[in-house]
Order: sequence, then C-alpha cells, then structure tokens
Amino acid sequence: MNATLTRRAFMKASSIVGGGFALGLPSIGLAEGVSLVGSAELNAYVQVRGDGKIIIFSGSPEMGQGIKTSLPMIVAEEMGANWDDVIVKQTPEIDTERYGQQWTGGSFTLYLNWNLMREMGASAADMFLSAAAIAMERPKSELRAIDSRVVHIGSEDSRTFAELAGLAYQQPIPNKDDLVFKAREDYRILGTSVSQVDSLEIVTGIGDFGIDTQVQDMLYGSYEKCPAVGGQIINANIDDIKKLPGIIDAWIVKGNGNVKALMDGVGIVGTDTWSVFKARRALKIKWDESDASKDSWSSFVAFADGVGNTGQEVSIDNGDVEAAFSDPNNTVLDSLYEYPYLTHMCLEPMNCTAHFRRGADEKDHLEVWLPTQSGPRFQKMALDRYGLEKDQLTIHIKRMGGSFGRRTSDESVIEAIELSQRSGKPVKLTWTREDNIRYDFLRQGGFNRIRGAVDPKGKVLAIEEHAIGVESGGQPSPFNGPNPAAFPFSTMGNVRGSSTNYRMDTPVGPWRAPYSNTHAFVSQAFIHELATAGNRDHVELLIEMMGEPRWIDDGNWRSMNTERAVGVIKLAAEKGGWGREMPEGRGLGFSFYFCHAAHVAELAEVSVSKSGEVRLHKVTAALDVGPIINRSGAVSQVQGAIIDGFSAMAGQKITMENGRVEQTNLDQYPVLRIHQAPEVDVHFIESDYDPTGLGEPGLPPLAPAVANAIFAASGKRVHKMPLIDEGFIV
Amino acid sequence: MPSYTLEINKQRTTIQAEADMPLLWALRDKAGLTGSKFGCGIGQCGACTVHVNGLPVRSCVTPVSSVADQRITTIEGLATNNHLHVLQQVWIDQDVAQCGYCQAGQIMSAAALLESNPKPTDSDIDKAMSGNYCRCGTYIRIRKAIHTAAGFYNATQEVQS
Repeated sequence: MNATLTRRAFMKASSIVGGGFALGLPSIGLAEGVSLVGSAELNAYVQVRGDGKIIIFSGSPEMGQGIKTSLPMIVAEEMGANWDDVIVKQTPEIDTERYGQQWTGGSFTLYLNWNLMREMGASAADMFLSAAAIAMERPKSELRAIDSRVVHIGSEDSRTFAELAGLAYQQPIPNKDDLVFKAREDYRILGTSVSQVDSLEIVTGIGDFGIDTQVQDMLYGSYEKCPAVGGQIINANIDDIKKLPGIIDAWIVKGNGNVKALMDGVGIVGTDTWSVFKARRALKIKWDESDASKDSWSSFVAFADGVGNTGQEVSIDNGDVEAAFSDPNNTVLDSLYEYPYLTHMCLEPMNCTAHFRRGADEKDHLEVWLPTQSGPRFQKMALDRYGLEKDQLTIHIKRMGGSFGRRTSDESVIEAIELSQRSGKPVKLTWTREDNIRYDFLRQGGFNRIRGAVDPKGKVLAIEEHAIGVESGGQPSPFNGPNPAAFPFSTMGNVRGSSTNYRMDTPVGPWRAPYSNTHAFVSQAFIHELATAGNRDHVELLIEMMGEPRWIDDGNWRSMNTERAVGVIKLAAEKGGWGREMPEGRGLGFSFYFCHAAHVAELAEVSVSKSGEVRLHKVTAALDVGPIINRSGAVSQVQGAIIDGFSAMAGQKITMENGRVEQTNLDQYPVLRIHQAPEVDVHFIESDYDPTGLGEPGLPPLAPAVANAIFAASGKRVHKMPLIDEGFIV
Repeated sequence: MPSYTLEINKQRTTIQAEADMPLLWALRDKAGLTGSKFGCGIGQCGACTVHVNGLPVRSCVTPVSSVADQRITTIEGLATNNHLHVLQQVWIDQDVAQCGYCQAGQIMSAAALLESNPKPTDSDIDKAMSGNYCRCGTYIRIRKAIHTAAGFYNATQEVQS
C-alpha cells in the first residue's frame, strides 16, 4: 500500500456517505503507529491490515461514557468482523467532512452515529463480498461475511479478510441506499458484553489522558484568576515569583473578560507542576473587584422564600389550572423544593498542553493536546481567534478523566496557549483542584414552587410549577425550565409553568442530565406527594397519568412515548418488588422520568434510623433505550449514574458569598465512597426503536426515588437537596 | 536544588527537586511516570496511590525527601515479568473502569489490601478502599473484582505452597 492507493481509497470512501462528506484534499487518515504496509482503507472508518487486524476509528471523544467501544462495535457487527481482530483508534484529526460528528454530549452520540456506523460497516462488508466473488469465483449472493472471513454458503470455501483486503478496497463503493443492514437476530457482537477498548492501558497506567501529555522541552504552567469572577488585575508581585525555585517566568495577563476565553490573571511557567502550584501560594495580587461577582447564596435563598405560585415569565399555560385549584372538593398541595449549585468534580483536572510556534514556513503553528467533548468547536474557535488556516492547527484529542458536561468550553486551553505564546515553548497547563471548583461552570442552584390539585378519587387534575432560577452573564440559565416537553407537563391537560430569574454572576453550565437532574427531583417527588394525598398507589397513579399509549410528538426521537414509559414503570415495579411489606424504618420509593430520549423508572430501597441516618440499600432500574450495544458498558453507565445521583443528593452543595465560591476541595464537598454505594439492579426493555445513549438518563430519577423511599421509611418529606441540609445523616 | 535517589519499580533514579515536592510530582514530572494521577492534592481522592515499602500511600502528600532510598512501586511497576497482576487482569475482564482516571489508585490500594489480607470481607474492602474516590461510580464492579481477584490470588498461593 502506498500513499497514492490510500488517496484513491479515501476518495471512494468519501463518496459513500454522500451529503455531508464532500470530496476534499485527501488526508491519509492513518493513526500514529499504524503501519501502512499491507493495509487497505475501505472507508474513512475502516482499514484492514495485512496481519488481519481491522482498524476501526472512533470519531467521538471518550470520557468514560464508553463511546469509543460502542460505536466501533456497530461497524464491526455490520462488516462481519470478529471483535478480537479489531483495534480501535481515535480519529487522528478533526475533519468533520471526512468523519461526520466528532463531538459527544447529551447522550445523543450513539443515536446520531447509529446509521453512519452501520453504513461504514455494511459498505466494508459489501466490498469484501465483491472481492470474494472474484477471488473465489462464486456468485456474490452465495457469500456471507462472518468472523472476519467471507464464507460460501453451501461449501467449505472461505477467505479471510486479510487475504481479501488488497482486492476489497478496489471494489466499487456500494450505493448507500442499496446497503442492507443485519437483522437483530443475526447480531454476534451487538448486545454482548465487551471490556472497553482501552482497559489494558487504563489498568497498567499508560492510559492516554490529556494530563499525561509529555512533549519535548515542555514547561509546566498554572494560571491564577480573581476568586470573584470578573475581577480585574491591578498589580502583582511578579518579580518575587520569578525568583522562586523551579519558576522560569511569570506574567500579568490582561484578558478579554470572557469566562469562556481569557480572564485577567497571572500566568506562571516552571520546571514542574509542583513548583508552579507552590509559587501561586506566594502570589500577592491586587484585584479591582468593582465589576466582579457579588453573588450570595444566602441572598438567593432569602429571595426565593417569599415567591408566589406564578412567576414573571409564563412558558406553559394549558387548560384551566385555576378551576382545579379553586374547587373546594379537590385537595390542593403547595410545596417549595430547593436544589443547590454543584461542581463537576471531574477527577482529571482541567488541563491542556499547547505549543504555539513560528514554523519554517514563516507561519504560526498551533498544536494542542486536548481533552474535550468537542474538537470541532475548539477548531472553529481557534482558527478564528488566532487567525490560522486549518493546516496551521494540529489537534490531538485525548481521553478525558470524566467530563459530565464540563469539558465543553475552552478557557483552560486558551490559558495554555497564552503561556506557550509568551514562553515560546510547549506548555502543559494544569488546574489545581481548587481551580476546578472555583472556576467551574456550575450546575445551577434554584427553587421550585409547585402546586397540584387532586380530586376526591385521587386523580391528579392540575399542576403548576414556578421555577426560581439564575440569570448569569445576562442570560437565564437554559436549564431553569419549565420545559413543556417534560413529564408531567407533556401528558396533562391543566398545566401552567413559569419562571423568575435571579441574577447570579457565577457561571453555570451543563452538568450530567442538565435540567432533568433538578426537574426530575421536583416533579417526581411532588407526584408522590399527590399520590399520598389522594390515597393512591404511586405506580398506579403514574400509569394513569400516562393516559393512552401514544408517542407524544410522533416520530420525534426526543419525545416521550407513553407505551414505553408504562413498560419501564411496570418492569421496575415488578423486578424491585414494589408493594411488598417493609419492616419499620425501611421503605420503597418509586420514580419515572423521560429525558435524553430514554424512558427510565427506578425503585429505591432505603432505611432511615431513629437518629436520621439514611442508608440506600438497593436501586432497581428499568430502562428503554432501544437495543443495547455493549451490555457491560450499558449496565455500568446506569450503575454509575445512580451512584452519582446519590452522591450529589446526599451531601453536595456549592455556596458562594461575596462573589466567592466557599468550598475549596474534597474535604468540603463530600462524595460517595465505596461503603455507601448501593446495590444496583439494571433491566432493559430492548425495543425496536433506534438505540440512544446512557451517559445521563439513569441519574435524574434517582433523587426522587430516594426522597419517596425516605418518606415511606420515616414519614419525613424531602423538599431539599442535599439530604444533610434536611437533617439527615448519610 | 537538592537531589534524591529513589528506587522506583526496582530501578534507581536520581532526581532534582525541592525537599517538599510531593512524590506524585517527582514521579509524573521528573521520572516521566504518569500512571499515578493528580486528583485533589490533599490526600482525599486516592488517585495518586502508590506503594512505599509495600504499603499504600497518597503520593500527593508524601514529600519526596521522606521516601529517598525507599522501595516505591507505581501502577507501571505492578505487573511483573510481563505478567499482569491478577487485579489488573480481573479489572479488564470485568470491565471495571469508566473514565479510568482513578483506577490506577484503586488497583494500588486493592493490591496492598490483598497483600496484607488475601481473603478480604466486604467490610475489609470498605475500610481499605474508602479513601479511593471514583467519580464515575464504579464501586460495585471494584468490589466484585477484588473478591474475584482474591479467589484467583489464593488459588495461586496454594499452588505455589
């Protein structure tokens, strides 16, 4: 194989996907360390090496959600590969014309790549069949691709993919519309459990996280910003800092005031991370805080205390809620729920290695080693900000040590680039843990006043929600709500939803299952309050509220389907033993939520001691996300989301006063430890809808299920997270 | 700047560092061994766990000057003679990791546990592992993997004795 052949193969590959994949200047598209010798590129995602190994690329970044394993499994299934022959590589460059989507988020990556991955696999299989028809002198219709071979049906004749590779890439690219995908009953890889493709690297410590980047002549960098967001730098003791051991240089940096770009601060580079971290403790900076954040959580709490049932902005108004609330025959409940700000606490701190240099061609070149959810977003920003052409920018996408929505902005990257520009060297910039908390885009805290009416038979007639959320940077948080597509707004006739926004300057952003991670708690705990007031079984009430089996917005994959909802509700109730007698101090709690295209029901078993100690013993989860791709990964995502949900619910809370985040590190932000982790039992309904992702949807129903179980166990209603603020001990 | 000789994974290495530099940064930035991870810097998350003379320590709060000439094992040195430690193999087989960032520290803590207690109960595991935080919540698989590895570990020990 030589570069010419590869180029030809690429052009053929480009034509297969049509639409989004324009022919462009071809790049070879081989990952570092993969020999070209004897390998054939069948399309942008598939190469077969002479030794029989099949390279499948993963375009979406890996952050623990398992996408680097599940997407290639789809390709391997459709092409008839044996999974043991597959080597998965991250796509070596950002090129969305060649690879399509190269970002991940919203639990959408699987759904959005499902057809493309099947096309890549099926077209590769078709080319092997065409090659085999020639090599084996058999009709193509009698050939099948199975286990990295093409076999002839009706004889013993077969050829390996390796034997056919040289011929296969020369075969005509099949028309996308002619591709036939496998039937589910013929799957050999999808639906099985495989260990994620980087397991060996992870357990031996050679995993390729962003923070592990090592580049020749690299300096280590750190960047100090104002503890109250928006503060401007007046001066700093830079000369003292430069004299400290291990420090190479330090600068006062004027930023552009954009929290997602470069804020004012002091940049320090040195011979190692410890020296620059330690030097920051010796910094004496004078800040002008006249325009800085004055945020106060306690002021926000006081503001929310007196709000009414309807807010300034009415976003949902269907039917007649007032009639239901004013009818004296109905029972009306009115509750105020509260949830705190949260930090992402990705265990790998924000970091980036950047090298900005003047090349031999007298042009600027920027190379970055980047743990990010979105390479294409960074690419667009960097080309614009630094005035580069694509060939002046090299992006290495690195594995992320968790993200949960955090790695969706570029400020740590821009800080690293700034220090590389100033020092003329490659710089690995690392945030301290304290930086990660202080400079986070937090999950917004807020309040929800919710009112509901139940008739004498226990039927829920009306619900009204008033979300008291934050406005940050002049914009209401997009995650405040209320969202008319969320259950129960989506199924009920009499609903009103409104919001009031309170100015808080601390930046907020997506945190695992944005909006749903608060709204599920509020709405599904309140439905249990209504069930209790109406003397109804919670599960029966939920099924009643779903109404007729229907897809609420027919054909819209992000819309709830009540038939799928009822399916998971019944399954979780059955598997978790809903309705069984519980000993004193122990209770079951139920919840359902639909978000991120997933229907999820969870049943929690909790005990509460007389002194208020809460123990979550077991969670039973039932989910419908269509067919399961990697069963091991799917179960793990749900278990992890449930444990994460309980971790957040139990004790986590970020507060700010005088514009400063008050918590600094893990000793002030309790996280769930192994001895507190519940047993988690996961069940899937593998319906025939296209598969959707599992990174997020397991989390939102956990908090209301636990809150409802605490009520069943103790008679105490949970209206506030975290639980330790309600007087419980976890 | 002072220099210290460290015995890391059976190899002696001399590094230049201030006396208070935590072992973690000596490993990562001076010795080029990035398997031990920086998480919190205050000994609360366990991602930086290594063995010093066979005992688990949080390398982010262990000054390099205190471990000169001591026997240090990092995740890179856990496998011997090209054979994975039984915990590493079980971790792969049972697909324990999600993001994977904490797992080196988890495995180092678990390896020290099995060394001192080859048949740990759930309560033993709770005590030995509660200093290792997993942001992704893989605790269920970590517990199961330790039990499975202990079974193999004991079988191996019996064969050898």
